[in-house]
Amino acid sequence: MANMTMTKTPMPEQEPNVRNHNFQEVALGYTKEMAMEEAGRCLQCKKPLCVSGCPVNIRIPEFIAKVAEGDFQAAYEIITSTNSLPALSGRVCPQESQCEAKCVRGVKGEPVAIGRLERFVADWYRENVNAMPERPASNGIKVAVVGSGPAGLTCASDLAKKGYAVSIFEALHTAGGVLVYGIPEFRLPKAIVANEVEKLRAMGVEVMTNMVIGKVLSIDELFEMGFKAVFVGSGAGLPMFMHIPGEALKGVYSANEYLTRVNLMKAYIEESDTPVIVSKAVAVVGGGNVAMDAARCAKRLGAEKVYIVYRRGEAEMPARLEEQHHAKEEGIEFMTLTNPTEILGDEEGRVRGMKCIKMELGEPDASGRRRPVPVPDSEFELDVDTVIMSLGTSPNPLIRSTTPGLETNQKGCLIVNEENMTTREHVYAGGDAVTGAATVILAMGAGKKAAEAIDKAMQNK
Amino acid sequence: MYKIVRKEELNSAVTLMEIEAPFVAKKAKAGQFIIFRIDDKGERVPLTIAGYDREKGTVTIIFQKVGLSTKMLGELQEGDYIQDFVGPLGKPTDVEGKKRVCVVGGGVGCAIAYPSAKAFKEAGVEVDVIVGFRSKDIVILEEEFKEASDHLYLMTDDGSYGEKGFVTVKLQELLEAGNQYDEVLAIGPIPMMKFVCKTTEPFGVKTIVSLNPIMVDGTGMCGGCRVTVGGEVKFACVDGPDFDGHQVDFAELMNRNGVYKERESQVVETHMCRLEKLGRDLIQ
Repeated sequence: MANMTMTKTPMPEQEPNVRNHNFQEVALGYTKEMAMEEAGRCLQCKKPLCVSGCPVNIRIPEFIAKVAEGDFQAAYEIITSTNSLPALSGRVCPQESQCEAKCVRGVKGEPVAIGRLERFVADWYRENVNAMPERPASNGIKVAVVGSGPAGLTCASDLAKKGYAVSIFEALHTAGGVLVYGIPEFRLPKAIVANEVEKLRAMGVEVMTNMVIGKVLSIDELFEMGFKAVFVGSGAGLPMFMHIPGEALKGVYSANEYLTRVNLMKAYIEESDTPVIVSKAVAVVGGGNVAMDAARCAKRLGAEKVYIVYRRGEAEMPARLEEQHHAKEEGIEFMTLTNPTEILGDEEGRVRGMKCIKMELGEPDASGRRRPVPVPDSEFELDVDTVIMSLGTSPNPLIRSTTPGLETNQKGCLIVNEENMTTREHVYAGGDAVTGAATVILAMGAGKKAAEAIDKAMQNK
Repeated sequence: MYKIVRKEELNSAVTLMEIEAPFVAKKAKAGQFIIFRIDDKGERVPLTIAGYDREKGTVTIIFQKVGLSTKMLGELQEGDYIQDFVGPLGKPTDVEGKKRVCVVGGGVGCAIAYPSAKAFKEAGVEVDVIVGFRSKDIVILEEEFKEASDHLYLMTDDGSYGEKGFVTVKLQELLEAGNQYDEVLAIGPIPMMKFVCKTTEPFGVKTIVSLNPIMVDGTGMCGGCRVTVGGEVKFACVDGPDFDGHQVDFAELMNRNGVYKERESQVVETHMCRLEKLGRDLIQ
């Protein structure tokens, strides 16, 4: 008999006023008992809708049944048969708009906490077994994966399992892409990402850092080196600015720069040589997950006041509800329907404030959301010493500009067919490089699809 | 890991190192830069490429020991390794389609001006070089510049070597004497580049400057190196580092480069223990 409790088994978390002073993980994960209790809420639907809501089609009811039985090893094997990186997706997936959105338990009450269960199983395995995967028999076919973010890691993992000789080319000094430079430690501990990369190495994947494809080597040179197919998962790394006066002042960062300094370069640790401005009051401009991450980092670094400044209303915010909720709990103040018009500087060229204007929602725009329009004579000054622009990113042009025949749309995103192949034969792409800034799980789904297509193409050769 | 195969002290503050980095050496061109990181705690520091040997697979860097990371790098010896060395980044100096150019280098900026002068020369361009130093004891690369130029003008601020005066004095003189250049390339401290641009402007000579803003990743991701050129925001790491000097907002660049100045001086003190430890490890 299923556990008919209407609400999810709560997951323990660090107290807001404790965690907003440290970089340790916020959500602490289920215990075995909690996991088994929550797993009991799954009705084991004959036609599970949750699976269709998952970009990597995890066999959700099957793994949950194993969790309910306490057979976590079996649950892990079911998950990893379709998803290589459950410790990551269990943490950062927007389950509320994917698998959990389709769960029948959600019709009346809360859906089954699929994400928390996935995370539990992955963590249980890492903490109790952590066997490195065996190296599959090689088929000798070389495939290059450009970028080691969620798309690249997934594609590499799926191909390695099939026996391909995979080399990952990463531009930065550490593998993981946005998982290490963007998402903060308190949402996704870097040791977990490193563990996944170790698993790839155990399967024979070569991980080469400091390799900026498009500069050090071109895609064509990769083919000359004997690679038979190339997967491009280079992400959407270029930050956007507002082009308002004062953006060049000292104390204005892109969210990418701020997060890279804090996460990748570990500026929050005293021994790190990378500096970051220690702020008193910070305005983060934007309403996405990245804005929440930047705001929560600023708070942890000691800022007394941290504001999210967003031009639309709270209902329109693209950030996950959970992230908004966590940010508010930690003392981040939301200033919605507010848009910056100018950043103000002192005599030394440092930020001393930000001029903003109040907005109201008008008619729906192209995105279907109501367009924010300025309220006349509503300008005011916000007292801040740091401004972080979190307005979105666009794909990096390094690869498209050095690879003949690789076509992009007007936004610079690589054009791919339904099998994730680009306009160049044997060059595949996926993740943010194709979609523009999106989610980790969509990138993982694309990496997976491309791996299947590459395998099919190689078999038919 | 990347091995230091040669180390040479060019003067008391400036060091040359040849680093084993075959992939970088294979592609490097004058005007491009690398980013190094000493160890796990190190910051990513951009340095313009001073030379390369494609056969040996090495890249030469020349740096002034001014900040924490360059001081730490300076403590390392031949045979030691650094954690990361990535490049070549940025666009190379454009040497095509020119008949005669003037390359102006100031101080340690000469280390960067040299490979560009050499690249022009190898492309069959007539090259005048003006290099400036504070005094005789910090002159670097004199012989190399002689080989890479048709005329070399060496200036010192105090007149202790070569001719007395700033590089702009010599440049003004050459322009007034009617020398025609397709381009002037200026590499050095920001005030020097700014004044070179002021000098060439009335003569209508195209002037390229090589900028050195603060960077993190060097691939266009962080936007920390943004500079305003002709009213537009450019990222020096991918759009540069060479830009039309008459369009560059130097005041803004100067301001932005000072953002961590206070912290840097504190850190060099508080992190001296790391420096000392590094020194100790090397002695042991």
